[in-house]
Amino acid sequence: MAEVLVLVDHVDGQVKKVTTELLTAARRIGEPAAVWIGDGAESGRAALAEFGAEKVYVAPASLNDHVVAPKAELLAELARDRGAAAILVSATAENKEIAGRTAVKLGSGVLTDVVDVSADVVAEHSIFGGATVTHARVRTGVPVVAVRPNSVTPEAAAGAAAEEAVSFEPSEAARAARVVERVVQEQGERPELTEAAVVVSGGRGVGSDDFSVVEGLADSLGAAVGASRAAVDSGWYPNQFQVGQTGKTVSPNLYVALGISGAIQHRAGMQTAKNIVAVNKDPEAPIFELVDFGVVGDLHTVAPQLTEEIQKRK
Amino acid sequence: MNIVVLVKQVPDTATERKLSAEDNTLDRAASDGVVNELDEYAIEEALLLKEKHGGEVTILTMGPDQATDSIRKALSMGADKAVFVNDDALHGSDSLQTAYALAQALGTLEFDIVVLGSESTDARTGVVGAALAEYLGLPQLTLAGKVDVDGGAIRIQRQTDYGYDVVEAQLPAVVSVVEKINEPRYPSFKLIMQAKKKPVDKKSAADAGIDTARVGLANATTETVDFAAAPPRAAGTIVKDEGDGGVKIADFLAEKKFV
Repeated sequence: MAEVLVLVDHVDGQVKKVTTELLTAARRIGEPAAVWIGDGAESGRAALAEFGAEKVYVAPASLNDHVVAPKAELLAELARDRGAAAILVSATAENKEIAGRTAVKLGSGVLTDVVDVSADVVAEHSIFGGATVTHARVRTGVPVVAVRPNSVTPEAAAGAAAEEAVSFEPSEAARAARVVERVVQEQGERPELTEAAVVVSGGRGVGSDDFSVVEGLADSLGAAVGASRAAVDSGWYPNQFQVGQTGKTVSPNLYVALGISGAIQHRAGMQTAKNIVAVNKDPEAPIFELVDFGVVGDLHTVAPQLTEEIQKRK
Repeated sequence: MNIVVLVKQVPDTATERKLSAEDNTLDRAASDGVVNELDEYAIEEALLLKEKHGGEVTILTMGPDQATDSIRKALSMGADKAVFVNDDALHGSDSLQTAYALAQALGTLEFDIVVLGSESTDARTGVVGAALAEYLGLPQLTLAGKVDVDGGAIRIQRQTDYGYDVVEAQLPAVVSVVEKINEPRYPSFKLIMQAKKKPVDKKSAADAGIDTARVGLANATTETVDFAAAPPRAAGTIVKDEGDGGVKIADFLAEKKFV
């Protein structure tokens, strides 16, 4: 069975959940082979084995010293060498770029932000803010597919996860854009927005840069905090937490929208959430067209009561 | 300094957007075309760079006839001139073919920096900037939240999930921008009037050095097999807060096993 390369997302040796989702999808297509770039592969190996990785290719951390291009070179070279059937990456902003460059190198095609992928690599997309579902495939060469986090349910299946070090030296052209500094901004203890199973977002209705009502509810649910464009544009919450068309796309099990009207701009970033709850003063707010459960009311009274109720029931 | 800004016309997100049943591509007649939102930030950044370092800002657009409206909008923000690659052979090109075609068109222009929005609101693939850098063999300075140019060197803040990376390269380079980078200006009446007289150089695919055997729907690397309206979500329960709204949500969450 042909190998399916899966680019691993990891932080400090911890494999991110989306990688277990990709390995699950990869098993439909062929034999999953994880590609680990950087340090910490030995601590992540067990998680990769648990979700069916037969191999783990380990490439040096120096590939991170330059923007995207070295990783694309690595994936393209591995795909050629091993005759890969497909390449799967998570649909983060950087990984979509890696996918694009890899496909150019392989003379193949790329499908990004897919919400499902079948055994014959037909990918499902949710487009136009969730209004339309499409199926697409790559017509030439090794398909490169970027899958939206939380779209595939991870299922365990034992794999050998045999480690193989890859000695790889990026070309000079791939080293043109140098990363000279990494700046980590405060994220606290909350889960990463695109990965989180539960997201609580605040919008215009929050009314000020005091997001504690949103954060309090998020923390009671172990959730990530998001913000609408209106809240970010008002300077109430940092840009990297923006959910929507020009921000992040999330697909959690539960999405709670507090004081968000639900304009198309926002819906594009959250409409594939499995359960949607909203609190908004305006009964005509379009967010109510999407909800599984909605409350017409003031978030400043409803959300604290909900937080307290969740604490009580724990 | 010569700056080329890539501007794409997209269907207005405020209108209902559709695919065409004929060939599964975007139905451009179904909704009004507007400048892709993030491209306005790209235009603004190019104008700021020009104000600081001098030079010229050229708009490069590839698209159908009606894309001239978006070119005029871009020119009325203050760009100097435009190149419009317009050829039926390009219809149905996917993201990588588009990057190829734009790279070829850029090969006919002189530039120090290419600026584009980090994604479009219609296809939202987010790959064109990276693929363009690949085709051109130039440094990829994408997802920029801040850009500084100093002589022949360029430095950006590349937005990441954890914050940002500071990235450096030598010009020429490909730069894509994110929303936080600036606040796009509104065209003044004077600029709108001036824009009508600014030169728009229309090029066929052949003029732009594009091999028509590599672009268009028939040669696309990807194919949309089918599409359908998303199944409607089951109607939810909506209640008015009677002082127990929070408790009611907690009940719903308990039923769904979230608490």
